[in-house]
Amino acid sequence: MSTLSPVSPDPAANAGPASAADSAADAGPEVPQQRHKPFSRANLTQTIAGGYLPLVLATLVVFLPLLWMVLSSFKQPGEIITMDLRILPESLNFENYNTAMTTVPFAQFFANSLIVTGVGATIKVLLAILTAYALVFVRFPFKNAIFVLILVALMVPPQVSILPNYILIAGMGGKNTLWGIILPGLGTAFGTFLLRQHFMTLPASILESAEIDGAGHWRRLWRIVVPVSGPSIATVALVVVVSEWNDYIWPLIITDRPETMTLPVGLTLLQNSESNGAGWGILMAGAVLVIVPILLVFAALQRYIVAGLTQGSVTG
Amino acid sequence: MTRQLTDRPRAVVEAKSAPTPRARWSARTRRDFFVFLALALPNLLLIAVFTYLPLFNNIYYSTLDWTLGSASATVVGFENYVTFFTSPDAAEVLGTTAVFTLVTVGGSMILGLLVALALNSRIRGTTFARSAVFAPYVLSGVGVGLVWLFIFDPGYGVLAWLLRGIGQQSPQWINDPQLSLVMVIIVYVWKNLGYCAVVYLAGLQSLPQDVMEAASLDGANGFRRFLSMSLPLLSPTTFFLLITTMLSSLQAFDLIRIMTPLGNGTSTLIYEAYLQAFGAFNRAGYSAAISVILFAILLIITLLQLRFVERKVHYS
Repeated sequence: MSTLSPVSPDPAANAGPASAADSAADAGPEVPQQRHKPFSRANLTQTIAGGYLPLVLATLVVFLPLLWMVLSSFKQPGEIITMDLRILPESLNFENYNTAMTTVPFAQFFANSLIVTGVGATIKVLLAILTAYALVFVRFPFKNAIFVLILVALMVPPQVSILPNYILIAGMGGKNTLWGIILPGLGTAFGTFLLRQHFMTLPASILESAEIDGAGHWRRLWRIVVPVSGPSIATVALVVVVSEWNDYIWPLIITDRPETMTLPVGLTLLQNSESNGAGWGILMAGAVLVIVPILLVFAALQRYIVAGLTQGSVTG
Repeated sequence: MTRQLTDRPRAVVEAKSAPTPRARWSARTRRDFFVFLALALPNLLLIAVFTYLPLFNNIYYSTLDWTLGSASATVVGFENYVTFFTSPDAAEVLGTTAVFTLVTVGGSMILGLLVALALNSRIRGTTFARSAVFAPYVLSGVGVGLVWLFIFDPGYGVLAWLLRGIGQQSPQWINDPQLSLVMVIIVYVWKNLGYCAVVYLAGLQSLPQDVMEAASLDGANGFRRFLSMSLPLLSPTTFFLLITTMLSSLQAFDLIRIMTPLGNGTSTLIYEAYLQAFGAFNRAGYSAAISVILFAILLIITLLQLRFVERKVHYS
C-alpha cells in the first residue's frame, strides 16, 4: 500500500490508546450533522430512496459475487454446466473441497500460507516495534536521516524489485523454500513508520519516571511502551497479516514446486488443472479457502484494518 | 514533529545528567549508540538489501543482454531500452497501461465518491455498509479474480445467463483482447472502490460543518452545496487518492495474472516485465529495462505528490 504522506497524523494514535479503534473514519455516523434534519423531516420517502437504496445497492454489489462463490463451491458439475441458472446448490456437500484437496496438495498450501503469514508477520511486527522505539527513544546521531530513508523506502514500489530479489534469493538457494518466500518482505518501513508516529504521541513523563527508577531501554520498551500501544500494534499486525496472506507475485516467482507454494499460488496451479467448465465448483471451493479466513479476520477486527490501510489519508 | 523526536529524550537526559561528570555523559552516549544499532539494525539492513539494493541492481541488469538462469551476460548499454521503445510492443504496452490506469483510477474515484456520499448520512447501518464496501480491498486478488472469472464465463457464468435472459449472446470476455481489458478493469474497480469510498468519507466528515450550514441557510440545495462547496473543499483528498490509486493501478498484478494469464490485451508495464522475465522468454535484461521505465513513472508521480503535500501540510 502506499502510505505517502509523511507528516499526516496517525488516526490510530491520535485518539489515544483507549479509543484508537474508534477513530478515523468511524467517527462518522455519530457526528451530528444538522443539515440533514430538515431534509429528512420534509420527505421520508426521499430519505429512503436517497439514503438506504444506494447503501443496500453498494452492499449487494460487494456481497453477491462472494455469496455466489460460496454457493457454487457446493455445486456439482451438473448444476454448473447448465443453461438455466440454479441459485441454490442441491445439497450441502463438500465434494468440491475434497476434489480440490486431492487434485493439488491444498492442505500443504494452507499450512504453508499459515507458516509464511505467522512467521513473517510476527518478525515484521517485532522489527517494527524495535526500530520505532529506537527512532523515538534512543539517542543516535543520524536518526533523522535514517527516518527519511525509511520514508523513502515506503514509497519504493515492491513490484519493480521482483527480478533483482529473485536473482538474489535464488542465488542464496532460497528457491522453493519457505524462508525464501518470507525473507525479502521482512524489512518493514510501513510498520516502523506507523509505530514511530504513535510512539511520538506517548507522554514523556511516564518514560522519565521509569528512567529515574532505573529501568533500562529493554524494560521501558516492554513494560511501558508496548502495553500502552496495543491498538497501534494491532493495526500494524493486522495489515501485515492481510498482506502476507494475500501476497502473490513474490511466492509465485520464487516457488515452482507444490511443496512450498502458498494458497494464492496453489490456486493458480488448481486453475491450470481445472480449466474446463466442470471445474468451476472446485475452483470456487479453492477461492473460499483463500478468501474466507481473511474475510473472518476482517469482520472481527475491521476497524484496525481500515485505519491501517487508509493511513496517511487524513491530511491537515 | 521531527523536532519533537529529538527534543524529548534529550531533555530527559540533560535534566538528569547536568550534575554528573563528563565521563558518564559519553559512556551513556556510547551505550545508547549500541542500543540503537541492536534495535534498529536488523530492520534497516533488510530494507537496504531488499528495497534499496534492487533499485540499483535493476538499473544494472537493464544494461545487460541476459537470459535468466544463464551464467553469462553481455553488456549492451541502452539497447534494451531502444529495443523496447522501437518495437510495436511499446505502443501497445504503454497504451494498455495508460487505459488501465486512467479508467481504474477514474472509475474507483468517482464510484468511491458516490458511495462515500451515500455513507455520509445519519441513517442506521452506515457502519456496516462502510465495512462491507471496504471488504473486497483486503481480499486476495487471486481468489477474487477466480470468482469474477466464473461470473464472466461466456458459457456458464451469471452474466451470460443474465444476457440470455434479454436475448443476448455473451461476449467472449476472455478471448477478445479489448474485452478482457474491460473485464479486468471492472473487477479492479470493484475491488478498490471501497478504499476510495472510505478515504472520501473521512474527507467529507472533516469538512467544516459551520460553512456547510451557512450554505444551507443561504438556500443552496444539496446538489449545489456538493458542487460548489464539498467538491472544492475535498480537493486535497481527491489529490491524495489520485496519487495513491494511480500508484497502485500501475502496480496491479494479481487480477491480471489470474484472469488473463497470457496478457492478451491486458499487458501493462508491470505485467510485461513479469512475462518477459518469468513467462516464456527469460529475458532478464529486457524485463529489468521495463521495470526501470515503470519505476521512473512511479517516481515522477511520487515526487509530484511530495511537492504538493509539502505545500499543504502544516508542521506543528
